[in-house]
Amino acid sequence: MSTDSRLDTSKVATSNRTDAATASKPSPAGSLASWADDRLGLATVMKKNLRKVFPDHWSFMLGEIALWSFVVLLLTGVFLTLWFNPSMGHVTYEGSYDQLRGIGMSEAMASTLNISFDVRGGLLMRQMHHWAAMIFIASMMVHLLRVYFTGAHRKPRELNWLIGCVLLLLGTLEGFTGYSLPDDLLSGTGVRAADGFLKATPVAGSYMSFLLFGGEFPGESIIPRLYIVHVLLIPGILLALIAAHMLLLVYHKHTQWPGPGRTEQNVVGYPMLPVYAAKAGGFFFMVFGVIALMGGLLSINPVWKFGPYDPTKVTAGSQPDWYMGWPDGLLRIMPTGWESVIFGYTISWNVMIPILIVPPLMLVVLMLLPFVEGWITGDKRDHHLLQRPRNAPTRTAVMVALMTFYGLAWAAGGNDIIAIKLHASINQITYFMRVAIFVGPVIAFWITRRWCISLQRHDNEVLLHGYETGIITRSPEGQYAERHLPISGSSAYTLTARERDEIHAVQGDTDAAGVAAPNSRSEKLRAKLSSWMYSNNVQKPTRAELEEAHHHAEHEAELQSGLDHPVDGHQFDDHRLRDTDEVPLRDH
Amino acid sequence: MRVLNRTAGRLSRHRRGPLAGLAVLLLGLLISGSLYTAFAPAQATSQASQADQVAQGKELFLASCAFCHGKNGEGIPTVRDGYQIGPSLVGVGAAAVDFQVGTGRMPMASPGAQAPRKAVVFNDEEVAALAAYVASLAPGPAIPNQSDYSIEGLSEEERQEAISRGGQIFLTNCTACHNFNGAGGAMPRGGYAPSLHGVEGKYIYEALLTGPQNMPNFSNGNLSPDEKRDVIAYLDSIEDTPEYAGFALGGLGPVSEGLFAWLAGIGSLVGAAVWIASHTTRSKKSKVNA
Repeated sequence: MSTDSRLDTSKVATSNRTDAATASKPSPAGSLASWADDRLGLATVMKKNLRKVFPDHWSFMLGEIALWSFVVLLLTGVFLTLWFNPSMGHVTYEGSYDQLRGIGMSEAMASTLNISFDVRGGLLMRQMHHWAAMIFIASMMVHLLRVYFTGAHRKPRELNWLIGCVLLLLGTLEGFTGYSLPDDLLSGTGVRAADGFLKATPVAGSYMSFLLFGGEFPGESIIPRLYIVHVLLIPGILLALIAAHMLLLVYHKHTQWPGPGRTEQNVVGYPMLPVYAAKAGGFFFMVFGVIALMGGLLSINPVWKFGPYDPTKVTAGSQPDWYMGWPDGLLRIMPTGWESVIFGYTISWNVMIPILIVPPLMLVVLMLLPFVEGWITGDKRDHHLLQRPRNAPTRTAVMVALMTFYGLAWAAGGNDIIAIKLHASINQITYFMRVAIFVGPVIAFWITRRWCISLQRHDNEVLLHGYETGIITRSPEGQYAERHLPISGSSAYTLTARERDEIHAVQGDTDAAGVAAPNSRSEKLRAKLSSWMYSNNVQKPTRAELEEAHHHAEHEAELQSGLDHPVDGHQFDDHRLRDTDEVPLRDH
Repeated sequence: MRVLNRTAGRLSRHRRGPLAGLAVLLLGLLISGSLYTAFAPAQATSQASQADQVAQGKELFLASCAFCHGKNGEGIPTVRDGYQIGPSLVGVGAAAVDFQVGTGRMPMASPGAQAPRKAVVFNDEEVAALAAYVASLAPGPAIPNQSDYSIEGLSEEERQEAISRGGQIFLTNCTACHNFNGAGGAMPRGGYAPSLHGVEGKYIYEALLTGPQNMPNFSNGNLSPDEKRDVIAYLDSIEDTPEYAGFALGGLGPVSEGLFAWLAGIGSLVGAAVWIASHTTRSKKSKVNA
């Protein structure tokens, strides 16, 4: 019995009965909860957070795919560590796979084969782990695109954007280290490539390579080192950053689409418990199910066919996993022989540009996007309402241009597969890519921006003239016209729930004495960029324009007054004359 | 033995008889005559049929091959130095003809980067005739026998060794172009290493021997006949092994895996997200009529 001062209401009578009320027995779950609460004091925290409201939209669940596939990665990964032996010690394989029996290989490779053929459920776990990794990184990217296209990277979420970018980088590195662990022919080729990339670093390259490999490639340390990075270092940082990412999500509250009743100050949606707990929990099982199906049905990385790594061997179709495909593609389309010798050191531009310069540069560009946009717009307000991609045409177009660059580089990484499957010449594909990688993003930017602006125009047409009903009417003069009806108030609210773009103007370029204002150069640049960003956009109609349009619509409706329903085109099927007192077709 | 000795003894008694010389002469004539009837005419017909085969091959050659390879298989150069409409076939041997014509690569339907495998134009007899004609131009590799590319005659243990040795030879010499799974790969300027799936052992052996199109020639000094046989045994074994891991996705490596991660994985999961979000909450079990 707790002796605290709170009133024990279970002993208070709930009726006017004459005999004394007795306490009902508390339920086992309730007593367990109060036992825990007395010791942990979680009720106050839980009470608030279990009722936390999340808005409902499919695109808000993309990040959840990443979260749940990470959980699958942890579960399957723990299983694999129980049998995997990260050692480069030499053994002769004597397991179940006939074609490799009697072949010498590292213990890492032998234990991978053991997991695949001799551990019950091992192959399923290996394949689930690999598919989950592919889906983990893919879903992070899809989530990133959703966040950017809807403007959810703006203040106050810039830091969460940065955390997300670091998660993407770490996920990629985690994937690469995992890909390298089995020590099969494909992963060894990948490690060899990584060694080459390190060595392409000017001056320090060979030192870095010797440090990483503990001597000349391949040495005997790389697999144990990558293993610790793969199972301890990066997963630890990933877990911490995922926690920070989600705490910030809770702190900022989730963004929502604009609409009636939704403001920058509230969140409209369903509470965590029971609705979102059920939805998210259910989604976990769906992600788990899809990954389990893929792991069970689709072959991934059949290491037994690659055989153990041997530096004298290589296979056609040696590609990294998809997320490293785009730097590989840049490497494939680089012209050969771009090297210069400075003070006796060879600078291999042909390796440095595609691997050591462009990918880190892309990451920096990605990280800077919210800050550059914030600087150009000068917008310091908090934003919790999302923007439709069409209402930020330049931003949308910038991302589509980046995606086009990425996609072309990515496709170039599979140039050999494209060549054999489309019966094309690998040389022609390479020449095409060399040009397309520069021209493609520009074309994509231009098309996307014009497309967004056209959609904005269309929104304005719908606001001002109503939606197209599909009803064609013929006037007495014989003219055909499609009837437009005004859209509902809530649709009109949603369409107009966006701000007008303001082009930044340079203020006080020079003062009266002709002295330039401080920062005038950066201010001018900002004004120029702001004009580039906004000047082509279509702004929502003004109040006067909307009122004028409504007046016009009312006038149209008046012409058809007397009809208690919209004209559906069948009013005159019986050829009766309508111009009567009962049905005054024209009363003015 | 005693009977034989007695017979020899009886014969030996008459060895100096008046008819002995005549008998030996008759016997000699009989033996040499029957030997002649047994062997000499057979040789004559085989020579005649081979000549017929070469003649038939030459006729086929003039009709279907000479346009590019020349009337005597000497090859036809183009006006550009070092380029040919069709290469010389002198010394390529019967194996090259059996490979190129037997897999339908020749005659080519149109000039191109590489002759693709297609429906075979000639029947077996005609292929043999063409092979015989080209082999008659100059010595070259012959068509291999079944025993050259099959491990049928080996013991179970030897077969197992042959397969794993063949796998290592395959990974060292062949996968760089043909891919780890024998699924094929790209070569410069529209060329390609074709898929090895379902290719008969004989043709793989002939290809190794003669190096058709973009392929290098693996002479017997480079890969011994046994090593060639082992590669074929390995390829047969991976085709016979069930796909333990599920659908092989073309056996093309990470590119097709990435494609499936996006299309099947992300595609279905985004679909699931749309499905979940489109189903709003219900507090009652009965359906809400919205």
